[in-house]
Amino acid sequence: MKRQIRRNWDLYVLLLPVVAFFIVFEYVPMYGVQIAFKNFIATKGIWGSPWVGLHHFERFFESYYFWRLIKNTLGIGLYQLLVGFPAPILLALLINEVRSRKFSRFVQTVTYAPHFLSTVVLVGLLLIFLSPESGLVNLVITWLGGEPIRFMTEPSWFKSVYVLSGVWQQMGWSSIIYLAALTAIDPQLHEAARVDGASRWQRIWHINLPGIMPTITILLILNMGSLLSVGFEKVYLMQNSLNMTASDVISTHVYRKGIVDGQYSYSAAVGLFNNVINFILLIVVNRVARKMNDTSLW
Amino acid sequence: MVNQSLGDKLFGWVVYALLALICVIVLYPLIFVLVASFSSPGAVMRGEVWLWPKDMTWIGYKKIFQNAEILTGYANTLLYTVIGTAINLLLSIAAAYPLSRKDLYGRNVISGMMVLTMFFSGGMVPTYLLIKDLGMLNSMWALILPGAISVYNVLIMRTFFQNFIPQEMQEAAAMDGCSNIGTLVRIVLPLSMPIIAVMILFYSVGHWNAYFSALMYLTDREKYPLQLILREILIQGQMQEMQGVGDNVLAETVMQSEAIKYAVVIVANLPVLLLYPFLQKYFAKGVMIGAVKG
Repeated sequence: MKRQIRRNWDLYVLLLPVVAFFIVFEYVPMYGVQIAFKNFIATKGIWGSPWVGLHHFERFFESYYFWRLIKNTLGIGLYQLLVGFPAPILLALLINEVRSRKFSRFVQTVTYAPHFLSTVVLVGLLLIFLSPESGLVNLVITWLGGEPIRFMTEPSWFKSVYVLSGVWQQMGWSSIIYLAALTAIDPQLHEAARVDGASRWQRIWHINLPGIMPTITILLILNMGSLLSVGFEKVYLMQNSLNMTASDVISTHVYRKGIVDGQYSYSAAVGLFNNVINFILLIVVNRVARKMNDTSLW
Repeated sequence: MVNQSLGDKLFGWVVYALLALICVIVLYPLIFVLVASFSSPGAVMRGEVWLWPKDMTWIGYKKIFQNAEILTGYANTLLYTVIGTAINLLLSIAAAYPLSRKDLYGRNVISGMMVLTMFFSGGMVPTYLLIKDLGMLNSMWALILPGAISVYNVLIMRTFFQNFIPQEMQEAAAMDGCSNIGTLVRIVLPLSMPIIAVMILFYSVGHWNAYFSALMYLTDREKYPLQLILREILIQGQMQEMQGVGDNVLAETVMQSEAIKYAVVIVANLPVLLLYPFLQKYFAKGVMIGAVKG
């Protein structure tokens, strides 16, 4: 062991800045999370501020915003899971059925592209296309004889716009991992099934889908683990005073209360609550998955 | 090819039709923006532009090059992206290579310490306070250092080093008296260009598109990256107009932004659009190597 360490000393030198990074930028903030249980006073610092126990958590649970935040965050997360999660799986199964190399390459190139647009540009595009006066979507709706819909300010539309634009942007990119899993399926299985007279639909259902099940399970676990960490950056950009009842989520609440208003301890408590719930969800789902079909993260 | 049944043939056509529809839905908004950027703002607002520019004009692009804030933002973003990506790449290699070596004592402890941060973190407020204490508020480093290593990318890289660089070559180099770092620089890295290209793409797109850390940490407008300027042009003006709180000054910015918003989307995404076809063969590979691990 000692010889091993001595021989690889330069590898440890290489790791030194890496370990320093994780300590400073990941573990120091984790240690700093204790301000959630304190009353942070800037002049006294994190260490010197007085303990207040669960005071900030109680304040959050009793606040007017609590149920609204839970409802919105969970609602968006579940909608995302129900619609956003299966979309790339379907796309990958479809692309896998294409015989023409060229067409398959074309579809992939096109559907991956929106992944590289920034959140700011994506929300900008939403505003352009969904505008009640000049947006293309509403032009089509009025042309078909309907009334223009105020997608970006009507609270009841918020979740759908958020999730469906996410599908538009990420469906292609997220399908890559399933496509990789599909190419790993033994072609002999298909050959045998074809000889036995199985139709293409049956082969997808009985060979391809079971073949990528482990991948689906792993990604489902990861997705469940972030059920409550709804993409902050996009929600924040889509928010406005008119849709706030539907668009206020835990992470944007933390930003407003903490960074903007300077209530550090209170918002650290809200953020910690969110993190803990996510962590518990991840562990529970992982355990369920391991029991049910032997696939799990650890 | 075996003779296909009628059902299978029909099925094939449905697959093609669905995929074609998906391509149209994904592609059309992008084409529309490109076309609209060359059309007169009035024609776009009246809904007369569909697939071909109407009253061709360069006015949007001209206005961008007269707008000092957009140009500074562009320069800032370039700077943050180049420096940020360089640091990302160096640190990721420094993390991934030692951890790819099975003879490294303690690699599991260090890996574990890294992976834990994927699932649990201090959160926004403690991180903000840390940046404040380090005196990095309103500086470029606040945008670059906190996210300097992505654990996910390190895992992809480590998997690549483990599975695609022949172990015997590294052992032979060590036998010939090559130090570990020498092996890394002379043997491993030259063989790892595909994965390095992927990392450059992932990290640089991340920096190019980031807006939130800039919103949180920067106060000087001269330091704003492009995305924050874009946010004002594309989102804030429109939002205020929709909420009916706009005043006269704002009405003017809205008209101004109407003329440039399409062109600005094109200009902002130009580097990515130019790099995309170039790097396309590499980047899907990167995701797939990540999948091998899973």
